[in-house]
Amino acid sequence: MDPVEKRRLEATACRIRIGIIEGVYSAKSGHPGGSLSAADLLAYLYFKEMNVRPEEPDWPDRDRFVLSKGHAAPALYAALAERGYFPTEELKTLRHIGSHLQGHPNMRLTPGVDMSTGSLGQGVSAAVGMAIAGKLGKKDYRVYALCGDGESQEGEVWEALMSAAHYSLDNFVVAIDCNGLQIDGRVSEVMSLDPLAEKLEAFGFFTQTVDGHDFDALESAYGRARLEKGRPSAIILKTVKGKGVSFMEDKAGWHGKGPNAEEYGLAMGELRTRLGELVGGEEK
Amino acid sequence: MSEIKAATRDGFGRELAALGREYPDIVALNADLSETTRTGYFQKEFPERFFNCGIAEANMMGIAAGLASCGYVPFVSSFAMFAAGRAFEQVRNSIGYPHLNVKIGASHAGISVGEDGASHQCCEDIALMRTIPGMTILCPADEPEARAATRAAYHREGPVYLRVSRFATPVISDPSAKFEIGKGVLLRPGSDVAIIACGIMVPEALEAAKALSSEGISARVINMHTVKPLDRDIVAAAARECRAIVTAEEHSVIGGLGEAVCSFVSENCPVPVKRVGVNDEFGMSGPAADLLKHFGLSAENIASAARSVVKSK
Repeated sequence: MDPVEKRRLEATACRIRIGIIEGVYSAKSGHPGGSLSAADLLAYLYFKEMNVRPEEPDWPDRDRFVLSKGHAAPALYAALAERGYFPTEELKTLRHIGSHLQGHPNMRLTPGVDMSTGSLGQGVSAAVGMAIAGKLGKKDYRVYALCGDGESQEGEVWEALMSAAHYSLDNFVVAIDCNGLQIDGRVSEVMSLDPLAEKLEAFGFFTQTVDGHDFDALESAYGRARLEKGRPSAIILKTVKGKGVSFMEDKAGWHGKGPNAEEYGLAMGELRTRLGELVGGEEK
Repeated sequence: MSEIKAATRDGFGRELAALGREYPDIVALNADLSETTRTGYFQKEFPERFFNCGIAEANMMGIAAGLASCGYVPFVSSFAMFAAGRAFEQVRNSIGYPHLNVKIGASHAGISVGEDGASHQCCEDIALMRTIPGMTILCPADEPEARAATRAAYHREGPVYLRVSRFATPVISDPSAKFEIGKGVLLRPGSDVAIIACGIMVPEALEAAKALSSEGISARVINMHTVKPLDRDIVAAAARECRAIVTAEEHSVIGGLGEAVCSFVSENCPVPVKRVGVNDEFGMSGPAADLLKHFGLSAENIASAARSVVKSK
């Protein structure tokens, strides 16, 4: 990837992280850990990979994105705001009464949200339905889904994957955000998914494993997935829960709580410093 | 009463295929029960618009949601037990919450499934579906009405739960009658008691009214093919004019049509109500006709409830 573009995507991801922290701090709740681990992927999808029109969110031929790990809504909202679907200022209304930014994504309220999700396992099925619709209507759009690693303990995820392979949905790419943690602790200790890549392969997916925080790796994996014909693709993202905020990194405790004022200040300080490094003398 | 008998699942399946000829946006999904739910008729004519999801009802509901979000009108079908029961939360969260245009054709509802027994006899589906905001619940009385209900479901925006049966029951509906969602049908006038029934209990209600008439009790019969939204006007008029109500459904007395009528009547126009339905117990194996008798779902039981409720006025 061109270094300038890569830096731009890294800055976008940093702004998404700032949006996540603004949201969960304002809400005094929410899920920063799994949002931060997904921030780079969302920056990549919405600013490089996907063909969307923020000014026309329901454009029928758009690529679709389904956040099956719906609790990472703060990351999705921040990405959509950054992409221009609605003002970033609204991120501070996250989880407030009357806000269009619900605790988990609502397709009827938030422009750019393609599917209401939150109950784990269900988004992948809906994404498969969208991919089937694309094939049926002979449309060129692609469908992207993001699952959590903990989420992949849900049986419905595997029902959905089975059906995606059965219907040869090469317009469908599922990413698994493997940050290794879930509410009760390490995924490997709560209910191991290993060997995940082999399972996905066995379910009929063209499977790649990449560093989910490396834009070169993301570009290469999603580019390769486009070339795969006749079967769906899975991309295992090796990620760090809480990525980008030092004291949140790799801590299950940051799965589902908002920061206090002091933690908010620390987190914002770190992210603003990082953004400053990335954009130099440009606007922050 | 007509001697012609047919199952409401046949009406659903035949009309779905007919609709498929008219509307290219219809797709059908099934979970390995295409022949018995009668979506096989659609499959035969439109294989490219038919998706077997295998024995995975939860995923099927999600796939339907995704298809609906892209502008298709999916008719998903399974047994009521698995459509409303197993996949309840998918129906609630992936279809109901976003109010997606998915039609759920739930066959083999109630105990008249017969020999398969309690594991497959769903008497809870109306209760479950009633709790989902924005869900329309249709429970047609006979095969022709099942056809009309299927057509109406297609034209209704938003999620619809269409409850049909395996058991062949008498054809009683007026072929010239207009099927309108949310409007109960007055099948027989009467002034001493109103029998409000849905599904395959409607023919039984008519039988009961005939028997009551010979005893000098004038029973009104209302076919409440739409359980939700409930036709409040027809219930209020029944309460006001008959001063006593009997409900009849092939469903648990908990959470079904009977409770919907009781809730409305007790808050708005209190009169005595008796519910005929399955009394908080599981079903069992046996021929459908025997089971209906065993569980008290017959014209005799309705008539007996009517006599008792008339006395309590």
